[in-house]
Amino acid sequence: MLVHSRKAKWAVWLVFAVLFLPLFALPLLVVLGASFATNWSGVLPSGFTVSHYTAATRGEALQALTTSLVTALTASLLALTVGTWAALAAAGLKKRQRRLLDALFVLPVAVPSVVVGLAILVAFSKPPVLLNGTRWIVILAHAVLVTAFAHQSVSAAIVRLDPAYEQAAASLGARPVYVLWRIRLPLLLPSLTAAAGLCFALSMGELSATMMLYPPDWTTLPVLIYSATDRGALFAGSALAVVLMTATLLVLLIVSRVRTRASYR
Amino acid sequence: MSEVVRRVRGGGGWARSSPRPLGVALPPVLILTLLFLYPLALVVQQSFQPGTAYGDVFASELFRTALWTTVWIAVVSTLECLVLGFVLALVIAFVPFPGARTVARFIDVYLSFPSFLITLALLFIYGTTGIVGSFQFLATPWGVLLAEVTYFTPFVMRPVLAAFSQVDTAQLEAASSLGARAPRIIRQVILPEALPALAAGGSLVLVLCLNEFGIVLFTGAKGVTTLPMLVYSKAILESDYPGACVVAVVNVLISVGLYGLYRVVSRRVGA
Repeated sequence: MLVHSRKAKWAVWLVFAVLFLPLFALPLLVVLGASFATNWSGVLPSGFTVSHYTAATRGEALQALTTSLVTALTASLLALTVGTWAALAAAGLKKRQRRLLDALFVLPVAVPSVVVGLAILVAFSKPPVLLNGTRWIVILAHAVLVTAFAHQSVSAAIVRLDPAYEQAAASLGARPVYVLWRIRLPLLLPSLTAAAGLCFALSMGELSATMMLYPPDWTTLPVLIYSATDRGALFAGSALAVVLMTATLLVLLIVSRVRTRASYR
Repeated sequence: MSEVVRRVRGGGGWARSSPRPLGVALPPVLILTLLFLYPLALVVQQSFQPGTAYGDVFASELFRTALWTTVWIAVVSTLECLVLGFVLALVIAFVPFPGARTVARFIDVYLSFPSFLITLALLFIYGTTGIVGSFQFLATPWGVLLAEVTYFTPFVMRPVLAAFSQVDTAQLEAASSLGARAPRIIRQVILPEALPALAAGGSLVLVLCLNEFGIVLFTGAKGVTTLPMLVYSKAILESDYPGACVVAVVNVLISVGLYGLYRVVSRRVGA
């Protein structure tokens, strides 16, 4: 549309490929290639092996994967509940109160995750609520970090909701709770699952706050990847990273399946 | 009749007016206060403890270097992300090639991966025994800059692509048939349409860059210290909590200030 001659088109595509491939495709390919290799001193990795993967799917690594999955699932559910509740409640408020509530709930995006970690560490390392050293401190930190994203995507969807359905239901005598449960939440289901996927992916890859908080018996996969690369085991770390990406993508795929089915209802 | 319509449209109708809207909003606000605002307030309180004057931290060479490094890396990465993201989105949207949709979908997937993967890949490319070979590129701010541009450009591309999908191609055809060449069409037709998206994406990337931790941590470089890195090393490696809190407060002020600006700007331009 913008460029008409064939020659110019190819020139533009060439520039695109030169920019796009090395910057975005190469890093992922490098990590994937390295995960199957024992050393990399030339252009291509050498010493094909799957031993990193056998190591990455048992013992400590498997434990870390389960830890990450449990953390991400729990944190996403908590964040989704609180974020959706806040978004629904905000929709019923007056404009100024709603803005205040929205601002409050996006604040965790702007605060550095390291600081969120530090703050939670400072607050829950002493009575009355002593959580330091337990898995809950990690899960709660993740929940705080992703709540903002859940809240944002759900409140964006509420704005687009057609009020005719709930008004019709209410005019037929449905109580607010019934309208919420049978009309609004089902209509919001596609965006709720999208938000759940986003929260899950963010929590799976969360490193900053986790580094501040994790107890020795609740090591998430990103922390394990860091400790592997930190002691020089780059190839093992790559295999762990591929496991992390695959697990994230699999869950996202399942979530998007739920979403398509929900939007067809 | 018009009164009724106004009530339904404006007030949100019957269904939205639950008995006590403020009461309904209370539980999530309480949870957020307990888990986020109260801890943050404690950090501010700790930072003002006697014995750890702000002056000491501000006077330290390490802190000032970290502050400067954080800000300039974030600003330069944001600018590069904006330029690169705009150009790449332009090609995907207006000079589409077979597979352009796949690339757009790849961008979405890319956003769900953690940032430190980029540094991990760069360790192989520029590390001591890597593809390009041994030179200490990653230990310099330029390595961090490259990683941040790589990771955050898709955050600009996504809103810009969304904005481009709203552009009516008839406009481009009209401009083109009137004799405007590609650069002029981009400058006078496409760029104005993309400005809100660029503003929104750019300020989000700026904040995320200021707060980025994983990329810097994975370089393993002692040469590059940013504010989040300083918070981590003070708190976890040196157990200097009051000092960490002071750095944290500075970091929060910068980021939240910029994020507030972003919200105002994006509301102004209606993004």
